[in-house]
Amino acid sequence: MAHDTVHEHHYHDPANVTNPEHAEHHIVTPLQYGFVYIALLIGTLLTVLAADQNFGFMNPVIALAIACTKAVIVILFFMHVKYQSHLIKITVACGFFTFIVLVTMTLLDYISRAWGLW
Amino acid sequence: MDNSIATTEPLMPRETAVHEEHEHVFIPQHRHHFETEEQQREAGSFGMWLFLLTEIMFFGGLFFAYLLYRNWYYDAFVPASNQLSVPLGGANTAILITSGFFMALGVWAAEVRKRALLVLFLILTTVFGLAFLGIKYVEYHEKWEKHHIPGASFDISEFVNPPKDAAGKPTQHALPPDVAEKTQIFFFLYFAMTGMHALHMIIGIGLLVWLIARAQRGDFSSGYVAPIENFGLYWHFVDIVWLFLFPLLYLINRHPLQ
Amino acid sequence: MSASSTTILNLPDQTTAAVPKRNYISAEHGLLSWLLTGDHKRIAMLYLISITFFFFIGGAFAGLIRLELLTPQPDLVASDTYNKFFTMHGVIMVFLFLVPSVPATLGNFLIPIMLGARDLAFPKINLLSWYLYLAGGTLTLAALVLGGVDTGWTFTTPLSTHYLNTHVVTTASAIFVAGFSSIFTGLNFIVTIHRMRCPGMTWFRMPLFVWSHYAASILMVLGTPVLAISLTLVGLERLIGIGVFDPNKGGDPLLFQHLFWFYSHPAVYIMILPGMGVISEVVSTFSRKRVFGYTAVAFSSVAIALFGFFVWEHHMFIMGVSNYSALVFSLLTMLVAVPSAIKIFNWAFTLQKGSITFETPMLYAFGFMGLFTIGGLTGVFLAALGMDIQLTETYFIVAHFHFVMVGGMLMAFLSGVHFWWPKMTGRMYPESLSKLAAVVTFIGFNLTFMPQFIVGYLGMPRRYHAYPPEYQVLNVLSTAGATVLGVGYMLPILYLAWSLKYGAIAGNNPWQATGLEWQIQSPPLTENFTEIPVMDHEAYDYEWLEHKTQNEVTTVG
Repeated sequence: MAHDTVHEHHYHDPANVTNPEHAEHHIVTPLQYGFVYIALLIGTLLTVLAADQNFGFMNPVIALAIACTKAVIVILFFMHVKYQSHLIKITVACGFFTFIVLVTMTLLDYISRAWGLW
Repeated sequence: MDNSIATTEPLMPRETAVHEEHEHVFIPQHRHHFETEEQQREAGSFGMWLFLLTEIMFFGGLFFAYLLYRNWYYDAFVPASNQLSVPLGGANTAILITSGFFMALGVWAAEVRKRALLVLFLILTTVFGLAFLGIKYVEYHEKWEKHHIPGASFDISEFVNPPKDAAGKPTQHALPPDVAEKTQIFFFLYFAMTGMHALHMIIGIGLLVWLIARAQRGDFSSGYVAPIENFGLYWHFVDIVWLFLFPLLYLINRHPLQ
Repeated sequence: MSASSTTILNLPDQTTAAVPKRNYISAEHGLLSWLLTGDHKRIAMLYLISITFFFFIGGAFAGLIRLELLTPQPDLVASDTYNKFFTMHGVIMVFLFLVPSVPATLGNFLIPIMLGARDLAFPKINLLSWYLYLAGGTLTLAALVLGGVDTGWTFTTPLSTHYLNTHVVTTASAIFVAGFSSIFTGLNFIVTIHRMRCPGMTWFRMPLFVWSHYAASILMVLGTPVLAISLTLVGLERLIGIGVFDPNKGGDPLLFQHLFWFYSHPAVYIMILPGMGVISEVVSTFSRKRVFGYTAVAFSSVAIALFGFFVWEHHMFIMGVSNYSALVFSLLTMLVAVPSAIKIFNWAFTLQKGSITFETPMLYAFGFMGLFTIGGLTGVFLAALGMDIQLTETYFIVAHFHFVMVGGMLMAFLSGVHFWWPKMTGRMYPESLSKLAAVVTFIGFNLTFMPQFIVGYLGMPRRYHAYPPEYQVLNVLSTAGATVLGVGYMLPILYLAWSLKYGAIAGNNPWQATGLEWQIQSPPLTENFTEIPVMDHEAYDYEWLEHKTQNEVTTVG
C-alpha cells in the first residue's frame, strides 16, 4: 500500500487522541490460558456437584455465582479485557449495567403485583 | 515496553506500545481513514465490543422471560428441567469451554505469527464447536421423540403420570394437568434460548471456516491479527451465554422429591 | 452579496463563482460508484433520498387518516382498513423516517468532518446500514402490498399474537432488519467519536451536534436489540403458538410490552436528540453567539440518554402494571423532562443579546423551540398518573407525540437540511420560497394538532375511525390543517431539487459559521480535508472566525 503524503504528519498531538492511553499490546501466554481453562472446568464440575446437594434456596444462588465467576475470567483473560484500555472496560460494564436495568426495573412491576403469582 | 511473549521472534517496531510518531509502517490491510495501526486495531476491537453489547441486550430479553416464568411456574419447571440430561449438558459445557480455550490459543498464535499453529487451533475450535452442535442435535432429537417440542404435538402425559423407577416409586411429583401445561413454557424457553445460542454458533462456525482458509494463506501471521482477535471476542461471548444457560436450564432442582 | 443587518448570508460573487470541480459528487461516475461507495457523504445522500421516499408514503397514509376523520361516521373505509392506515403510518414514520432522519443523513455527512476525520470508523458497515435500511423498507412495502398490517405500530399483545390475521410477521421482520441498520449507524458513530477525533479536538471542543449524536448512538446500540427480541417472540408466538404472551397458556402479554417499550421509549430520544443537536448549531449561528452553557447542554444530552432508559413503563400505566411500579416510573418520567428543559433554557440564553437574523433554518429552529416546549410540557401532564388515566389512548397523546416529533423533530430535520444544504450540494436554496414553506408548515402544523389536544381532552379515543358528532368541528379543523401541512412539506422537495441546478453558488461558508465543516469547500472533497486539521480553539468561537476571515480572500471554483 502506498505510503502517501497524507500520512506523513508532522504535528504534535497534544490531546493525544490517536492512542490516548497507550494501551499495551500485552500478549497473554498459553500458560495463563491453560490456568483459566482448568479453572473453568473445575467451576463446571463444582456447579454440577453443588446441584446434586440440597442447599434449598441457595442452590440457584451458588450456581449463578459460579457462572458469574466463570464469565468474569473469560472476559478478563480469554477476551483480554484485563489488558485493554479503560474505554473497553467501561464499555463492558455499560453492557451489563443496561442488562441489570432491564431486569430489575421490569421486576419492579412483577414483584409488586398483588394479583400475580409471584 | 515489555511484552510477555513465549517466543524467540523479535518484535517489529510497530508492535511496541509507544506511539512512534515518525515511524509509521503500515501493514497491507491498513485503511486510509485511520492514522495509525494502533487506532485501527483499537477501533475494530471497540466496535466488536459494541456489537457484543447488542447481543447482551438481545439475549437479555430472553433471560428476563426465563426469570419471570421460572418463578411463576416453578412447580412445572422442575420436572421439565429434569427431562434434560445433565451428563450431556455438562459434557457440552466442557466441550464449549475447550473450544474457547483453543480459540484463545489461536489468538496467541496469530500474535506471535505462527501460521501453522494458528490454523491448527482454529480447526480445533471448529471441531469442538461442531461436537457441541452434534450433542445439541441429539438432545433436540430426543425431545422430538418424546413430544416435548412446544406446539400442537406437545404431550404432557409424562408430567401428569410420572414414570416409576425400578422400585416402583415415582421419579417426580405428579402434576395436575393445568400445571403440567406450563411445562410447555419451559420447553419453549429451552428451545428459544439454546436455539438462538446454536444459531450464533452456526454463524460462528461459518466464519471460522472462512478464517481458516485465510489463515492458511498466511493473512493473519504477519501482524494483522484483528479479524482473529475480534472473532475470538464473538466466540467467547457465545461461550459465556452457554455458561449461564447450562445451570439455568439443566440444574433447576436435581432433587425434587426431597 | 455580502452580509447586511437582516441576514448573515454571505455568498461569493456569483459572476465568477462556480461549484468546485473536484468534490465528492464528481469524484467518481456511474451508478455502481454510488451503490458500492464507502464515502460517508455519498451514503448520507443515498439515505436522504430513501427516507424522503418513505416520508411521502407515510404522509399519504396520514392524509387518508385525516380524510376518514372529516366525518363522524365510519364512511370512507372499513374499520380494518382504517387500522391498517394508522399502523402503516406509524411504522413507516417512526422506523423508516424519524429514527434514521438526522443521524443517517446529516450525522453521516457531518460527524467525520466536524471531528476532522476522513471518514467514519467503519465505512463498509455504514454502507451495510443503508442496505439494511432498504431491506427493512422493502419488507414493509411488501407487507403493505400483501394487504397491510393493522396492529398499530406498537404491536400490542395479545392482539398482534392471537386476534389478527394480517401480515404481522412480515412487518415485524421488516422492523427487525431496519433495527440493525440503526444499530450499526450508532456503533459507527460511537467508535468514530471516541477514537477518530483530530489532534486538539478534545471532547469539550466538539460541536454539540456531535454530543447529541453520541448520546443517541448509545441508545441505538443498547436499546434496539430489545426491540429485536420482542418482535422475534411475537413472530414465534404467531408461528408456533408457544404461549409466551398467551394468558391461556400461562404467558403474560405485558411481558411483550415491557420489552417493546424498553426500546421504544429510548427510541423517542433517539429521534429527538439529533434534532436537538441541529438546533444547537443553528441557534448559535443565527445569533452570532456561542451556545450558552456548552457543558450543560453536552451533559444534558447524555443525561437524557441515561434517564431515558428508566421511564418506559409510563406507556403501560393502564395496562395492568402494579400501582407501586407505576408510582416509581411516574416520578422518573418527571425527572427526565429536566435535561430537555435545560436545553431549551440554554438556547433561550444563547438568543439573549445575540444578533438574531431570521433565515429559514432559524425559522424552523424557532418553530422547534416553541412546539417542542408545548409537546414536552404535555408530556409532564401525562407523567402524572391521575391525568394519564384520563388522557391515555385519546387524541391528547396523539397531539403530544406529534408536537414533539413533527413540531419538534421534523422541524429540526428541515432546519438542518436547509442549514447544511449549501455545504452538501454547493448550492443555495431560494430564501423567500423556503421562508414561505417554513411559515406554511408552522401554520398547518398548529391547525392540525392543536385541536387534537382539545378533542383528546374531551375524550375522543385514538385509533378509532368513528367518533361522536360533537367532535366534528375540531376534526375538520385538524384535517384542514393537514392539507396546509402537506403543501408546506411539498414545497421544499420542489425548490431543493430546483436549487441543485439553478441555485446560487454557496461558497465555503455562506452562513459565516464556526465549525470545521464550514472551513472546507462546498461540496467537500471525498477525503474531506487536504490535510488533517489541528483544533486549537473552542467550539462556537466567533472571535477566531473573525480573525481568520479578516485576511482571507475567497475564490470559489
